Amino acid sequence: MTKSGLIEEVAKRTPHISKKDTEVVVNTIFDAMIEALRSGDRIEIRGFGSFQVKIREARDGRNPKTGESVHISAKRTPFFKVGKELKEMVDGVPATEPETEVDGGTSEESAIG
Amino acid sequence: MTKAEIVEQIYERVGFSKKEAAELVERVFEIMKETLAEGEKVKISGFGNFVVREKNARKGRNPQTGQEILLDARRVLTFKPSLVLKNVLNETEVTDADRASEAAGE
Repeated sequence: MTKSGLIEEVAKRTPHISKKDTEVVVNTIFDAMIEALRSGDRIEIRGFGSFQVKIREARDGRNPKTGESVHISAKRTPFFKVGKELKEMVDGVPATEPETEVDGGTSEESAIG
Repeated sequence: MTKAEIVEQIYERVGFSKKEAAELVERVFEIMKETLAEGEKVKISGFGNFVVREKNARKGRNPQTGQEILLDARRVLTFKPSLVLKNVLNETEVTDADRASEAAGE
């Protein structure tokens, strides 16, 4: 699905709002999110996930083609952490099911392969 | 930034009613979630791509007990930021102030 596909689908579900308006709003959502990240703000969308900018410190890399050493300056990189609900949806686990983390519980034995 | 703040931004930038903006914001994330749950990728040009990846089953270890366990095959969601977004974030050089705010978890 692309952004235009997303706009189509949103428009389908909101017949009382014009497609043009839907398009403007969808674009504004992502513009606002980019703007937030640009100003170093963290974004948290409940049930979906969170976005955060992290700094990758400067390092000396190597040009893989020439083997030449190059300096890579510090830069900002956006990171996404998937939310619990979406994580479970993607993995096919019902969102209502409790966490089954392997944190020293009693189900270990049955989990051994 | 939360969904409520995105709604606020829509109101400020394009003068859309908050009620309708809130409805559209809900639909956008709902549709993205449904699409990804079906294993389909979502590509937002200028922002990034959300892609579902299959992870094979593998042997892991409980870090607390050291006991070996079998981790089932699973599907995970990854996000690959667009080059545009990465460039936008790096229009200026990283400063110590950035490092301080990152450390403060802002």
